[in-house]
Amino acid sequence: MSRRVRLALLAPALVGLGALFAWAIAGLPEFGHYRGPYGYVLNHIVVPLRHSTNVVMGTTFDVRGLDTMGEEFILYAAVIGVTLLLRDESGAGRVERRTRRARSDTVRLLGVLMVGGGLLVGLWLVAFGYITPGGGFPGGVVLAGAIMVVYLVGSHRDYGPFRNEHALDPFEGLGVGGYVIVGLAALAGGLQFLTNLFGYGVAGTLLSAGSIGVLNAASGIAVTVAMLLLFAEFLETYVVPLEPEDVGS
Amino acid sequence: MSYLPYAVAAWLCLVGLAGVATSRNLIHLAVCLTVTQSSSYVLLLSVGYVEHGKAPIFKGIPLGSTAVDPVVQALTLTDVVVSVVVVALILALALDAHRLSGTVDPDGIADVSG
Amino acid sequence: MVFSTLVPLQAVVFALVALGAPLVVLTRDPLRQALVNGIYGVTLVLLFVVLQAPDPALSMLVVSGIAYPLVILAAVARSRGERRRAEETRDE
Repeated sequence: MSRRVRLALLAPALVGLGALFAWAIAGLPEFGHYRGPYGYVLNHIVVPLRHSTNVVMGTTFDVRGLDTMGEEFILYAAVIGVTLLLRDESGAGRVERRTRRARSDTVRLLGVLMVGGGLLVGLWLVAFGYITPGGGFPGGVVLAGAIMVVYLVGSHRDYGPFRNEHALDPFEGLGVGGYVIVGLAALAGGLQFLTNLFGYGVAGTLLSAGSIGVLNAASGIAVTVAMLLLFAEFLETYVVPLEPEDVGS
Repeated sequence: MSYLPYAVAAWLCLVGLAGVATSRNLIHLAVCLTVTQSSSYVLLLSVGYVEHGKAPIFKGIPLGSTAVDPVVQALTLTDVVVSVVVVALILALALDAHRLSGTVDPDGIADVSG
Repeated sequence: MVFSTLVPLQAVVFALVALGAPLVVLTRDPLRQALVNGIYGVTLVLLFVVLQAPDPALSMLVVSGIAYPLVILAAVARSRGERRRAEETRDE
């Protein structure tokens, strides 16, 4: 159908959808009058039971751990999809291009500080995920962002190790597969899949919450490597160089 | 007035869908999809809000205090990060379509011959 | 008498978010839209913070500041490079 017909159908469709939304909203409780018991129950039992002061992370990796495993597989499948679609079959992208590092010393200094600071912040977010706000997911993205600053500031060879998909793939497998293996370890012991196996420790310290810590680290690794793989696929396997070659050095 | 949050969520969804339908560029279409996704986050967090509730992190505050619902926050936080990778997949599809047909206009690649 | 359960700060941030979404959709150039999307992401972070949700706020901040601009700009750069390469092979 042509564009004009499509746009003519759009307006009544949106109005109809808006009417359905209005009808649905009229049946919701008022903002702030949360009814369901599930939220109140979790707020009261997760800290005594699992010793994880961040109830959201305790919910993500323990009470609703199966959902998070499904989300990690969505991540994994999307990365595989991107790799397949943007695959460079001629192999010309493997040639290392000789580009120079950033010319200005100030930019290079700021880049180094950002890489170091970003790595520290990312590691802190991932490590303390089940105590204070944070967790494997935002921490993983910060770690990947810090590593990509190397690409911005450095030369093509500096970024070499993070461009190599053969080196990154095992870590992605470690992140996603590690999650499943921790769950299977519970199955091997006769308990349910993803039962919290390890000791609980003292709430509020790093040694707490049992297998939530391990699952948190695994998902942090998975998210970091997924972001790096995405970046490698989008720009690095591209045939025509996007930055000027440096013929002098 | 107490239904404003849900109305904002519905408005975001409709705006995103209108953007997707009237888009002339596949990359612009993918970003309008993220607006639609954000409507689901706004709805989830609005449903879970408890009046005078604090964040559900119990380090430093006593254990019995009123807190908002943690389940919807768990759903939102994983969804936010995973949706980036899914949008990257959509953009990879757009780039593939661009390579095969020479245009990023969704109307331009609609002709299927044969 | 309680008029609504919304704190005024929350009402203002909801209004900001509702204002930002049409701006993202109406920006047609993908390069500029990446920037506007980043700003819209910051308003969403404000919204998540006033709704007492620190974990989604952190995730949204990191994602809209690092991951979305990266992915969108990489796609735009690659599509422009492909178009340039197609023109070059056509000129030969």
